[in-house]
Amino acid sequence: MTTVPILNASGCLDALTAPDVAKSLDAFVTKTVTPLPREGNPPVRIAETEWGMLNSIGLQNPGIDAFVVDVLPLLRELATPIWVSVGGFSARDYAFACERLDGCADVTTIELNLSCPNVEEAPEAAAELVQAARAATGKPLYAKLSPATWDIGETARAVAGAGADGLSLVNTIRGLALDPDSGRPVLGRGHGGYSGPALKPIALACVYACASAVDLPIVGMGGVAGGRDALELVAAGATAVALGTILFSDPFAAGRVRGELAAEATARGVASPAEIRGAALAATPSPVSSTE
Amino acid sequence: MSFVAQSHKVESALPARELLSVRGRDELGPYTLLRLERGGLDPGIPGQFFMLEAPGRLLPRPMSLCLAPPGELAFLVDPVGPGTRALCALEVGAEIHVFGPLGNGFDLAVERPLLVGGGIGIAPLPYASEALGNPPAVLGFRSERHAQAASLLPGADIVVEPRLVTELIPDEPGDVLACGPEPMLEAIRVRVPGAQLAWEAPMACGYGACYGCVVEIAGHYERLCVRGPVLRA
Repeated sequence: MTTVPILNASGCLDALTAPDVAKSLDAFVTKTVTPLPREGNPPVRIAETEWGMLNSIGLQNPGIDAFVVDVLPLLRELATPIWVSVGGFSARDYAFACERLDGCADVTTIELNLSCPNVEEAPEAAAELVQAARAATGKPLYAKLSPATWDIGETARAVAGAGADGLSLVNTIRGLALDPDSGRPVLGRGHGGYSGPALKPIALACVYACASAVDLPIVGMGGVAGGRDALELVAAGATAVALGTILFSDPFAAGRVRGELAAEATARGVASPAEIRGAALAATPSPVSSTE
Repeated sequence: MSFVAQSHKVESALPARELLSVRGRDELGPYTLLRLERGGLDPGIPGQFFMLEAPGRLLPRPMSLCLAPPGELAFLVDPVGPGTRALCALEVGAEIHVFGPLGNGFDLAVERPLLVGGGIGIAPLPYASEALGNPPAVLGFRSERHAQAASLLPGADIVVEPRLVTELIPDEPGDVLACGPEPMLEAIRVRVPGAQLAWEAPMACGYGACYGCVVEIAGHYERLCVRGPVLRA
């Protein structure tokens, strides 16, 4: 890989309302699709906080059947590689959705959302969900992991062993905002997923730990607003970078971040930002694992 | 609650986002009319909105266009939170990113328009009034001080709480175009079928990306920024 692909984070872009933005990416990642349609969580669904934002969307989506029949043909017209984010509430759910997508030639990659903070999680461990998905499809599988875990490197090893082809790091982390007047939660469902600038150091730590633990491609995301943020994720071990919250305030951020990232590489005397990959790992002592 | 969405189509291409400078800042009671240079942006249809960068905040704020004087875009801002306070504090010459116009505005093909506004909800009405040739307007405000914003709609009938603006809506109201607090819009929705109501919801993006601004339309959660903000009662 000679360059650093720029993607969107799942749930942060609708290619059908912003096709030009989707086309400006190296791959478009869909909002998470579940086996059955979901209305999502009741409003209020978003809350800005001091250093980030909370969302509580609740995986609103038309369900895998309507997605394949109604949405996928429209996404094909973008002529951009399509990653489909898949979610569920059991290993069977993940297998079902992956099986349905396996025959869809337009889907280049399946991202397994193993970590939505806004719905009840599947009871199985991440590796079991990956294993079920692996048995259902031959397509590349990326496991999207939660940063809210004690040893994410261990989870990375487990999902790699279960057949994941790559990692997406990280999902939002659960947070809560209270209304200053009422003292009650701002969001309709109470808590939400925290994203934005505050997530960056957390994402860096997770990418760093996973890049140390496994030899898999990693899509780094969490608080990327500019080229410098993207470069740091690459230095920590990411092979690609995804934009999330920044797309809400700047729909045209992809081109800017790509340009800034290239400039950051040039300023460091390398031809491509991809050459920076893992620089942080080489330059610092091995991270201490909780298993040591 | 249930609504029928306007039939306008969503534009397939996004509008522009530009860095615009502040031309002026007029105080109208507690509100600020923020006047920005227009740049290359299209003012759009009355009832459409723009996302305004709020200095020091992560997310931009959705604001319907209040007036479109030559070379300018003007927004009426109520300083109720950190973002809107930052917008009201902008100095002349300061620059902010502005993205729009977004969403579906009012259908202006109406025979007997009546503009109904409550509080900061009068924001999109001056531009609509201009487009419709200054039709009758009725406005309600919380206080005399808030009612100073009525100067944006000369000739409008005004009430101040405890009286409610719905008292001023005649029995045969014609084609109502309304914007205001939710209880006001609810009352009009029940009383005037077919009224065009401009709703408000917290929005992170304004262009369909975040799914944060949903309202219930025909039994489903729909994004207000995509299906609205103007919906038919």
